[in-house]
Amino acid sequence: MRDVAIIGTGLIKWGELWEKSLRDLAVEASLNCFKDAGINKVDTISIGCMLGGIFNGQEHLASLIPDYLGQKHVPAMRLESACASGGLAVRTAFLEVASGMADYALAVGVEKMTDVSGGEATYGLAAAADQDYEAFHGITFPGLYALMAKSHINRYGTTREQLADVAVKNHHNGALNSMAQFPFAITREQVLSSVMIADPLRLMDCSPITDGAAAVMLTTVENARKLKKHPVVVISGIGLASDTIAISQRRDICKLDAVEIAAQRALKMAGKTIKDINFAEVHDCFTISEIMVMEALGIVKPGQGGPATSAGLTALDGKFPINTSGGLKSKGHPVGATGVAQICEVVTQLRGTAGKRQLPNAKVGLTQNMGGSGGSCIIHIMEVKS
Amino acid sequence: MKVAKHWREIPERYRLEAAKCKKCNHICFPNRLICPECGAKEFETIRLSGDGKLVTFTIIRTAPIGFGDLVPYAVGVIELNEGVKLLAQIVDCNPDDLKIGDKLVAKFRRINEESKTGMIMYGYKFVPDQGI
Repeated sequence: MRDVAIIGTGLIKWGELWEKSLRDLAVEASLNCFKDAGINKVDTISIGCMLGGIFNGQEHLASLIPDYLGQKHVPAMRLESACASGGLAVRTAFLEVASGMADYALAVGVEKMTDVSGGEATYGLAAAADQDYEAFHGITFPGLYALMAKSHINRYGTTREQLADVAVKNHHNGALNSMAQFPFAITREQVLSSVMIADPLRLMDCSPITDGAAAVMLTTVENARKLKKHPVVVISGIGLASDTIAISQRRDICKLDAVEIAAQRALKMAGKTIKDINFAEVHDCFTISEIMVMEALGIVKPGQGGPATSAGLTALDGKFPINTSGGLKSKGHPVGATGVAQICEVVTQLRGTAGKRQLPNAKVGLTQNMGGSGGSCIIHIMEVKS
Repeated sequence: MKVAKHWREIPERYRLEAAKCKKCNHICFPNRLICPECGAKEFETIRLSGDGKLVTFTIIRTAPIGFGDLVPYAVGVIELNEGVKLLAQIVDCNPDDLKIGDKLVAKFRRINEESKTGMIMYGYKFVPDQGI
C-alpha cells in the first residue's frame, strides 16, 4: 500500500440553508477543497450521504456530483453507513490512493436535511435503526441513545450534570468556529432546563438537524511533498467495525463494541496506543455518546466518561481535548458530511491554522465517526509527517 | 408493498415465534438464517413466553410520524425469561413509575396504522406484570 496524505479540506458554513440544494452544498464544499489543495481535477470521487433518497428524493449521487462539479466521466461512488457515511467516503478515497487505483481522490460528505419537517426527519433518521424491530415500535434516535444513557446512569452513576457538561464544552469550542451552525456558548442550566425529548435526554443533549457538506482531497505522500503548500498530514491508521443493528442484541448496552474494535484496528495500523493520541473529534450525536465513546476508545475507564468530562479532561485546555470544532452538538450534524468534517478539523489543528481554538501541541489526532446507535464505526488517525 | 412487509413478520409480531439453534441452543429473535453464535443453519421454531424484565427504558416525547398521538410513551429493552432481549413499548402504566428491573408481560396490541392504505399493524407491547 502507498502512504496517503490529505492535501485539501473544504468546508462551508453549516445551518438551515434554505437557498442551497443537495448538489449546491456538495459542490461548494468540494470547490473549497480544490482551492485549498491547489488541484482542480481528481481521479475518483467518493460521496458520503445517508438520506438523499428519503429526504431529497435524490439517489444516484455518483452521477450528480461529478456532473455538477465539472468532473465529467470521473469514476464516482456513493457510500452509505448511516451517520458514518462521511468517514466511509474518506476511507474509500484512502483505499483508492493506497492501492494505486487513483492518484488524486476526493471524498465529499453531504446531507440536505431541512427540506423535510421535523417528524419526517425523525422518521428518516430512524432508518439507521432496525426498521422492522426498532423503528416499528416507535423508537427514535434520541430514544435509542436515551436507552443507553438510562443504563449508563443506572450502572455507573453518571449524572445529568455530567451529560450537560459535554454540550457546554462543545458549544464553548463551537463558539470559536465560524463554520458552526450554533457558534455560541451555553450554560449547564440551559441544557438542564431545555425541553425533554426522550428521558433522560433533553433538546440540548441532541445534535441538530443541519444542511451541510465537507470535502477532503487525498493523494500519495510523495505527491503531497511536491505541492509544498501545507504541512504534510498523513492518514496513518484506519479502523472500521460493525455491530448488531438492534441495540437489544448488543453484548452490553453500556458499551460501544464497534468503537472499541475500530479503534484497536486503527491504532494497530498506526503502530500507536491511545496514549499517543493528542486530541480527537468524536461522534457526539448525543451527549451520552461522547461519554461512551471516551470509554470505548480507552481514554478513560468504563464509567469514568462523565466525571472526566466535568473535571475538564476533554476541554480545549484539558489533557485530552475532544471536539475542538464544537462537535456535532454545536457545529451541526448533516449526517453524511459529519465524518468528513471531523477529518477537516483534525487536519486544521495539525496544520496549526485553527485560530482561537488552536491546540498548542497537536501532533497526532483521531476521528471517530459512528453509524446509527453504534452499529458501525470508523476511526481515522492522522499525523504530520516531516 | 406495505401489506407484504408487515405480513411476513406476523409469526414474530403476533406469536413471538423465535428460532432456536439446533446446535448451540441460542435463541434468535427475530429469526435468522445463520446462528450468530455458532454459525449453524438449522433451527427449531419455538414460542417465547413473553415474560421478562425491563433492562432499560425511555419516555418518548418527540415522536416519529404515526406515533404522535401516543406521546408521551415508554419504550424499553426487555429481557425475556428465555434470555432473549427485544425492544418494545411499555403500556398500561404511568411511564414515570417504571423502574429498571420491573417484571413485564407481553400483550397483543395495535402498534401503528399505515396512513396511505389504512392498514392497521399489530404486534407485541409489554405491560407491568400484576401477577394474575
